[in-house]
Amino acid sequence: MVGGSVVEAALTILLDGLQFSSYLFIVSAGLTIIFGVMKILNVAHGSFYAWGAYTAAFFIGKFSDMGLPDAMGFLIIIAAAIIVGVILGFIIEQGILKYMYHRDEVLIVLATFGLFLVLEDIILIAFGTDPYFAYQPMALLDAVEMGGIVRDVYGLTLIGVAALVAVGCWWLLNKTKWGTLLKAVIFDREVGIAMGINVPLVYTLTFIGGAILGGLGGAYIAPTISVAPGLGTEVIVLSFAVVVVGGMGSIAGAAIGSLIIGILRAIAVHELPQVELFVVFAVMAVVLVFRPEGLFAPAKPRKI
Amino acid sequence: MNNKFIRGAVGFAAVSAITLSGGMAFAKDAISIAVPSFLTGGAAGPFGIPAMNGAKMVADAINAGKLPAPYNTKGFGGASATIIPLDEGGGATKQVAEYRNLVEKRNVDAVVGYISSGNCQALAPVAEELKQFTIFATCGTPRIFEEAARKYVFRTMGHATADNVAAAMYVKEKYPNLKGYTGINQNYAWGQDSWRDFDLTLKQIMPGSSPSDKTQFPKIFAGQYGSEISAMSLDKAELIHTSFWGGDLEAFIFQGNARGLFKKKIGVFTVGGTAAYRLGKKLPNGLVLGARGPYGILVRDRDTALNNWFVSTYKNLYGTYPSGPAYQYGQAILATKIAYDKAGSDATNEQLADALRGATFESFSTTIEMKLGNGHQAITENGYGITEYDAENGENVVKDVKFYPASCVLPPEGQNSVDWIKGGMKGAKC
Repeated sequence: MVGGSVVEAALTILLDGLQFSSYLFIVSAGLTIIFGVMKILNVAHGSFYAWGAYTAAFFIGKFSDMGLPDAMGFLIIIAAAIIVGVILGFIIEQGILKYMYHRDEVLIVLATFGLFLVLEDIILIAFGTDPYFAYQPMALLDAVEMGGIVRDVYGLTLIGVAALVAVGCWWLLNKTKWGTLLKAVIFDREVGIAMGINVPLVYTLTFIGGAILGGLGGAYIAPTISVAPGLGTEVIVLSFAVVVVGGMGSIAGAAIGSLIIGILRAIAVHELPQVELFVVFAVMAVVLVFRPEGLFAPAKPRKI
Repeated sequence: MNNKFIRGAVGFAAVSAITLSGGMAFAKDAISIAVPSFLTGGAAGPFGIPAMNGAKMVADAINAGKLPAPYNTKGFGGASATIIPLDEGGGATKQVAEYRNLVEKRNVDAVVGYISSGNCQALAPVAEELKQFTIFATCGTPRIFEEAARKYVFRTMGHATADNVAAAMYVKEKYPNLKGYTGINQNYAWGQDSWRDFDLTLKQIMPGSSPSDKTQFPKIFAGQYGSEISAMSLDKAELIHTSFWGGDLEAFIFQGNARGLFKKKIGVFTVGGTAAYRLGKKLPNGLVLGARGPYGILVRDRDTALNNWFVSTYKNLYGTYPSGPAYQYGQAILATKIAYDKAGSDATNEQLADALRGATFESFSTTIEMKLGNGHQAITENGYGITEYDAENGENVVKDVKFYPASCVLPPEGQNSVDWIKGGMKGAKC
């Protein structure tokens, strides 16, 4: 390896891995939260991602055209995630899923898959087929030299955002009254109802929260990509893999799953690029052989 | 309305239908051409939409008799064509079903289009089975006519081997002291074939340079190339070859640019032409840019009546200069006219195929010679240039454009591309 010592190379792999892990964690956290609380495998999660990306890219472009400062881009990213999460999350949960909770889980998966297809088509109608570019926030943050190569600061901030999301989720679950209620519902929904917890409200808020995280993933990634139709599809596959590795419904699992996949993938890209395509699914297969429920599947109460 | 009138009308319609379907005794005054292209998905914006625009524009002009000479006769063998636009998305299985539907239920007269090599590869045998006159417009894989002889299927542009052999030749001319090169290509037929041809050619013509042992093959539509960019930055290779297209291409350019990748390394973009007009200032200077043949930005200033018509009409209609896919679909529609003009508007699929087989014709930007695959696969020149942002006019231009003749970048008839390159490209006339 030219231009760097072993330490530098290791630092590069670590940073690449962390950056990709952060992306994986942000998009999969929302999916796993929704599954943990509501037992819904939400295929429409990819749509939250896509809508977040489109909304952010659309307004970043518009604001830039209006001559407003590029730093506004960061506000737009957060606003886009919240707006998409609240509006789409609320409409989907209240308009469709609410009526399906007593149905078979497979039916609900099919319903969310249908929703995914519908939302993809609405994107085409609303935003057209031409890709949107929203590079301004990435361009604003410039680049630094680390480990002998140039890195873009925007990509590095992703690691911070993922850490914030992780800490925020941990705090919410373990340090607030809301978290205690959530954990009770996760553990046993019926007992939760019997104890007087407003489960429908918990469901609505959880779904919106998960949707905001999905939207945030898309909105934050938007400046680094060409925001084009179909971008939600790829995310579903990856985030499912992460969630399955980590244990469905476990936030810590999603974090660890993201880290394992992200870092192994970075090692593969640097040392053995031929196997890169295979890494995500190899990790998934190995984990499932030894722990069919994933690494950190939440304990299930035994019901008689 | 009285019953007699209705009965009369139904009777007339029935008689006409019988005459038309049974007899075909007189020349048709209308034909239908199905034009599949990506209307959804990441390939729609950079490829599918310009391609469809090009096809419609040329078909409309032909219907109105408004193409420049020698194509200024009205219609396709006199018949006016209706374009049936179709989404190419959804994968090869869906496309095969759609194709059967087009031919067997909707009875289209010709199918002209397709961007994805995967789709073309899957459809070629189906078209042969159904004996349907079909022109592939853009898809690149050489295998279609190298793996089997075709009777009804044509392709009116050169195949991917030309893109990558020409790229290697351009690299040799521009960077004769190149020591090492690497690549980032999508992990499927297109990316793998592109890298293989580029790598094999460089090994032949620049034996002093060597490929990196860490060439990157990310998944198609991955969108995130952070780790790959790091790995290539650390690689000692000075040059990066990529056949990325669509959203992947644009994401890679954004992410690489933000990290100064293209200041440190020479970037060779075989399909970069589609991004040239779209990215504006965000396209780095100094990239080696191809357009999969003499199309798009590489030929914008080519001063012929046909090209001037194509560029100015497209710009007027769609507000932007035509990129490669617009040219490629436009010339495939033109080839359809040529086949119909020769065979007549009531020609059978066999007659249409006979008319186009082995033909040579002037297209909008170049001469098309149907010389390979027993007269079914076109050969054309292929060219590259270097990107530069023209601040005065606020647009990207290419400089140092060089074209290589078809006989220089494509194997002679009867030879498989890989064998030809490995054998030292014998018979190449450059």
